[in-house]
Amino acid sequence: MENLKKELKEKIIENLNLEDMEVADIADDDMLFGDGLGLDSIDALELIVMLDKDYGIKLTDPKQGKSIFESINTMAQYITENRA
Amino acid sequence: MHNKLYIQSYCRITNNQLWLNGKLIFEVEQNSNLKDFLKSIYKDQKMRYPKFFKMDNLSKLSIIAAELILSEKDLNTYDHNIALIFSNNASSLDTDRKHQETIDDPDHYYPSPAVFVYTLPNIGIGEISIKYKLKSENGFFIFDDFNAKFHHNYEQFLIKSNKSKAVLAGWINVDGEEADAFVYLVSENGQIEHTQQNLIKLYKE
Repeated sequence: MENLKKELKEKIIENLNLEDMEVADIADDDMLFGDGLGLDSIDALELIVMLDKDYGIKLTDPKQGKSIFESINTMAQYITENRA
Repeated sequence: MHNKLYIQSYCRITNNQLWLNGKLIFEVEQNSNLKDFLKSIYKDQKMRYPKFFKMDNLSKLSIIAAELILSEKDLNTYDHNIALIFSNNASSLDTDRKHQETIDDPDHYYPSPAVFVYTLPNIGIGEISIKYKLKSENGFFIFDDFNAKFHHNYEQFLIKSNKSKAVLAGWINVDGEEADAFVYLVSENGQIEHTQQNLIKLYKE
């Protein structure tokens, strides 16, 4: 699980172009949206594509995204339980 | 009754040089890639706008040009009514190609939303409007080359018909590693008269 969390942080920084941010700057329980990392709606779509492309998980209900993408912890938990 | 209009300030950005009002203010080595060049301008100009890094090169170029010209001006002077009129010849082709790469393979079909949103040239206008809180007239046009006659006529009309207090305008083109921008602010203040001849002269400087 710890490796997955690190991997997710690396992918988020790379895929969402979070320039000048490093893995160590993102805490496992940081809010990804809102006052946390400040991700926006396009970033949310990128995360949905990332789940599909890299982990074989298709979100059938977009409303699920709000809880899945709350933090690195919630993402890692969801991927672990649902990856193909 | 309107007086003469002027090119209040202007900037020129090519593959490795940045000129503001006729003076070279930043330069990198000839072979530096466009993404790195735009990033180095961002750093050199001490811009603080993290969204910059999410943009495609055309929008980055647009934001940098706007920043150079507008950052030290009090936009309240113009009631934030600054029209945005740009043109180029490559449209958003640079990003269109990147988007195409993500959908070429039916077995690996993963279009990127972050790339797709920049597959229109006027997105750069939107980025400028968001950053400077402008809700003004705007348009992005495709020409073979910088069309000074069109730009001059349109910019004169916008101000003289009271549609806008000023116009930020020009040519912003990106195609692969090639970048070419000539952006200027037209208003009732300045030293260089807003004429077709002066636009051509400054573009070719």
